[in-house]
Amino acid sequence: MAPFDIAHLSGLPYALVFGAIGFGFGAVLEMAGFGDTRKLAAQFYLRDMTVLKTMFTAIAVAAVLIAFAAGIGVLDMSRVYVNPTYLWPGIVGGLIMGVGFVIGGFCPGTSLVAAATLKVDGIFFVLGGLTGVWLFGESVSSFETFWISSNMGRFTLPDWLGLSTGTTVLLVVLMAVLMFWGAEKIEARFSPAPAAAPRRRRHLAGAAVLAGAAVVVAAVGQLTPEQRWQRSAKLQAMVTDREIFVHPAEVVALRTDTSLQVDVLDLRSEHDFNLFHVGGARRVDPDALETPEELKRLRDRPPSSVVFLVSNGEDRALTTWRQLVTLGVGNLYVVEGGVNRWLELYPAPACVAERATTAAPEEPRWRLAYATGASLPSAWPELASSREFRVPCEDPVSHAPGEHGERWPAHAYAKRVKLQTKAAVKGGCG
Amino acid sequence: MATPKEPRPYIDPYLAGALLGVVLFLSFFITGGGLGASAGLSRIQTGILDWFAPIHVDRVAYFAEMAGGVRNPWLHYAIYMIAGTLVGGFASGLWNRRVKVETRKGPGMSTGVRWALAFAGGIIMAYGARFARGCTSGQALSGGAVLSVGSWAFMFSIFASGYALAWFVRRLWI
Repeated sequence: MAPFDIAHLSGLPYALVFGAIGFGFGAVLEMAGFGDTRKLAAQFYLRDMTVLKTMFTAIAVAAVLIAFAAGIGVLDMSRVYVNPTYLWPGIVGGLIMGVGFVIGGFCPGTSLVAAATLKVDGIFFVLGGLTGVWLFGESVSSFETFWISSNMGRFTLPDWLGLSTGTTVLLVVLMAVLMFWGAEKIEARFSPAPAAAPRRRRHLAGAAVLAGAAVVVAAVGQLTPEQRWQRSAKLQAMVTDREIFVHPAEVVALRTDTSLQVDVLDLRSEHDFNLFHVGGARRVDPDALETPEELKRLRDRPPSSVVFLVSNGEDRALTTWRQLVTLGVGNLYVVEGGVNRWLELYPAPACVAERATTAAPEEPRWRLAYATGASLPSAWPELASSREFRVPCEDPVSHAPGEHGERWPAHAYAKRVKLQTKAAVKGGCG
Repeated sequence: MATPKEPRPYIDPYLAGALLGVVLFLSFFITGGGLGASAGLSRIQTGILDWFAPIHVDRVAYFAEMAGGVRNPWLHYAIYMIAGTLVGGFASGLWNRRVKVETRKGPGMSTGVRWALAFAGGIIMAYGARFARGCTSGQALSGGAVLSVGSWAFMFSIFASGYALAWFVRRLWI
């Protein structure tokens, strides 16, 4: 499923992929006349609406194609980079750019094309652009708090409007067509040399095709999480190959890594959670994780963070893992064997915990004498000081393995956690 | 038809838009990211700065992210894309007979003023583009196509400020 894993390509093919995309980009801009500053500036004097027409056609066409590819399951949107919304810095940046546009007569992309066709003003603009990015890099630290403010993460129009992707795309297309109609009227009124209208029929046909395609996209809809799961052999293989099940000792080791943010989400009942839980774990209802706010928080976590799901066994955590992963959450793992296994590897003192005779996989295998929460050494195996935790009942036997600040026995495990940045390619803004 | 010496006419704006949309879609489909120019500019600038002031680059967080220590700012997809854009623009210009050393400007503006304003506009534009975390292509076009709320707000604010200012500087262009 696209997008492809091009980060694994070696140097030259990797460069050629992006070079080819850039080539198409530059060629189309040039063909449209965007290398001519007068054509761009005329947009702001209502004499030539080419910029608006070309830009919104491109957005509408690409939005339809992307939503269609995602809808039929050939494009995995969770791996596509969506520019994060930093609302106010974006608006201020846009206002600054509008000034630069009217004064300089280009935007960065079009100035490259102008420079490539040896327009001297384009070359000057590119040089100014290099100066501008330099000045920004030098000065950004002085207004960093504003620059990183109003970060809404991956926030899309469908999220905002509460509509489906298909419906939103249809609305975008209809808005674009309406704008084109207005643009044609404006040009007819203000353009010094109104173009002849032999193309009108073709334009109407094009608009009809685009709107029809958007209707199809809305009708096809987007894949449900279950369909996404069925279609993704890769995700299924991750479970059958047990790549997502992480040995408790690896969780413990990662918790000591200060360059990572490691979170443990406990999916059990409040009762079980109060009896014993991994130190620092947060108890959540599996259903509550799928609310839009929680999902957004999970999706927008920084790439240097890992989330572990834990239940008494593995089954319940696995079910939740499946749902969250198909909803686009990354860096998500399941604690192998759950809390039952955890307490086997990092046993609680015998006076507190007693092994149940029989237990179903998702039942607690240890019967705890009282609600220990995270107060037992077993909850914090990574802390040497946890060995000093007071246990109300003095039990010399259970204290034995690490009585004098000794660590827990070192458990051998196969490393499973592979941190992945959400999108390897961030488009032209990365 | 144009005579051999005259440049060919520009293509229909809607056709250009449709082609651009297909290129944009392919970019997302193949690489998972959209088009862009300002990131490449930023890397070229940081790369040049790194030749002359590597210690300064290491100290300023914004530059260090791209070229700090042993990081190489040049071997990056944004650079390859910008190179492709230049070659693509040149190739299309060559084919359409538009490659010519000249300065495009509004009537009544001197060439020197046009150059100075292009340079100044470039500074403002690029500053704003980095402020907004992307330019017209990377933020408005690419983010717009994947329906990012911030990209749409950004796009309308460019047009808003452009139109607001245009009347006051109309002598530059008309």
